[in-house]
Amino acid sequence: MTTTDSPPDAKPGRLKPPARRRNSGDTERGFSRVFRWITTGSGAFLLLVLAAVAVFLIARGLPALTASPDELSGKGGLPTGMNSLWDLVGPLVFGTLLAATMALLLATPVAIGIALFISHYAPRRAASVIGYVIDLLAAIPSVVFGLWGGRTLAPIISDVWVWIAGVLDFLPFWTVNVTNTGRSLATASVVLAVMVLPIITAVSREVFLQTPTLHEEAALALGATRWEMIRTAVLPFGRSGVISAAMLGLGRALGETMAVLMILSPGILYSFQIFDSGQQQTIAAFIASRFAEASGLAVNVLIATGLALFVITMVVNMGARAIVARRKEFSGAN
Amino acid sequence: MAQRIDVKDLNIYYGDFLAVEGVSMTIDPKSVTAFIGPSGCGKSTFLRTLNRMHEVIPGARVDGSVELEGVDLYGDDVDPVAVRRTVGMVFQRPNPFPTMSIRDNVLAGVKLNNKRISKSDADELVESSLRGANLWNEVKDRLEKPGSGLSGGQQQRLCIARAIAVKPQVVLMDEPCSALDPISTLAIEDLIQELKKDYTIVIVTHNMQQAARVSDRTAFFNIAGTGKPGRLIEMNDTATIFSSPAEKATEDYVSGRFG
Ligand SMILES: Nc1ncnc2c1ncn2[C@@H]1O[C@H](COP(=O)(O)OP(=O)(O)O)[C@@H](O)[C@H]1O
Ligand SMILES: [Mg+2]
Repeated sequence: MTTTDSPPDAKPGRLKPPARRRNSGDTERGFSRVFRWITTGSGAFLLLVLAAVAVFLIARGLPALTASPDELSGKGGLPTGMNSLWDLVGPLVFGTLLAATMALLLATPVAIGIALFISHYAPRRAASVIGYVIDLLAAIPSVVFGLWGGRTLAPIISDVWVWIAGVLDFLPFWTVNVTNTGRSLATASVVLAVMVLPIITAVSREVFLQTPTLHEEAALALGATRWEMIRTAVLPFGRSGVISAAMLGLGRALGETMAVLMILSPGILYSFQIFDSGQQQTIAAFIASRFAEASGLAVNVLIATGLALFVITMVVNMGARAIVARRKEFSGAN
Repeated sequence: MAQRIDVKDLNIYYGDFLAVEGVSMTIDPKSVTAFIGPSGCGKSTFLRTLNRMHEVIPGARVDGSVELEGVDLYGDDVDPVAVRRTVGMVFQRPNPFPTMSIRDNVLAGVKLNNKRISKSDADELVESSLRGANLWNEVKDRLEKPGSGLSGGQQQRLCIARAIAVKPQVVLMDEPCSALDPISTLAIEDLIQELKKDYTIVIVTHNMQQAARVSDRTAFFNIAGTGKPGRLIEMNDTATIFSSPAEKATEDYVSGRFG
């Protein structure tokens, strides 16, 4: 392996530069070697694409970042009344995080419940039917969700929001505003929750199914009821997997465009009035709504907001990894 | 804290497959009973019917009766969860909960059973259970560390501590030493001798020397061929089984002239 001489057993006629053999086993031949190139290549390609996207976002976003306030407001880069880029990006980041977080808070418990039902409660036939329905949900295009959310769900669910706002009326320093159209961030979040439900459910179900029988039986043999068994063996085992699942869902919720665009009546405010219209907007929906008619510096502004979304997604993913890694000692990997 | 078990005409099924047929036996309190026999003859299957763990497997069922101090464990109004709190179990492979510390592993069953326990009671129980499992001195300085960081033998003793922490009447052990090295095996065998002062112990083992060393009574199971049900061939004092068994099959098996 260390020699650079042509190996005696190398088949003639095959493309095999001897120096390349150094870091591979003597037994690596033919397909195995090709396969390694393919995997290494795809990995490198993925990094390249990521880097290309980052470079594009920074390069094209930079003019907006460096432009003076006069230029920004003068050339129509910013909506009227705004003086700096942060006036735009700040509320958009806020709106994006708020929508995605609410969607996640709604979806994750439901997804865990469904996943547990499929993996540990339902009879086999029912489990596969439910699993199939959930997978179907994932196949529905987001435009359809947008249509349904805006046309059907919003008018119906607005009654619920009105009711909740009424209940919250006792809050002393805060008036809960509510729109009768239902075109609020709360409605958008509900639809986002439905959209991220399949991915969180599917991943959680896989994780729960992988709980070692050994640990389930350990709990049962101690006199655990089924729910206690799930609490002692299944949930702790699946914890990091569920976090990963939720982060996958969060990634989708952060970037979802059409559904939000078609449901939400937007505004660019730092506002917790989630039942009202004209309050918040998400980055993705904002870009989609403006991109067609934008030109000049306005395009750079949009790309700068895109850069913000890119950074958020990265931070969310790294945060998730940190959470998963922190409990590694207790993960049972050894 | 030890009770007698009476098994009558027990047939054990996996779906339609009759795995063990017609077992009747009596297991004495405060003694060690060993089950021996060739692989696949249904020792584990039978053992798991003694705390209703058998029915955890989909389609698995039994008919016949298993009485603990005269109460049929398979009676209509008996809760399997309650049975398992009375009849504890240690598995072939050590299975401490990997996400829990050593201390939490010991307390896992107790927290299920009566939910709230004061810190001082918990500390006492952790210590007494770990002492009972001959593990206290080895782990007393790292109770908050994960149980999965222990050696295989220590993990198995942790599982025993976890089982006795809920104060069962009977402890079932399914080849508890088969995944362990000889030193850890000796530690567990010594422990079994101590445990029988307080508990009724039933141990499955494929190791005849081990059966001879640790048990007071031995039951020999056999199987006529693949697909046939396993049966209890004979049961007697361990010394009798190994010196002058009544059945030819038993003699062949214990003398190593099997198959
Ligand atoms: N989960 C199961 N499902 C179906 N059959 C099983 C299962 N576990 C064991 N068996 C069958 O039951 C018989 C007895 O097995 P087992 O009790 O494990 O034997 P032993 O512990 O004596 O080696 C074997 O024929 C085995 O194939
Ligand atoms: Mg077995």
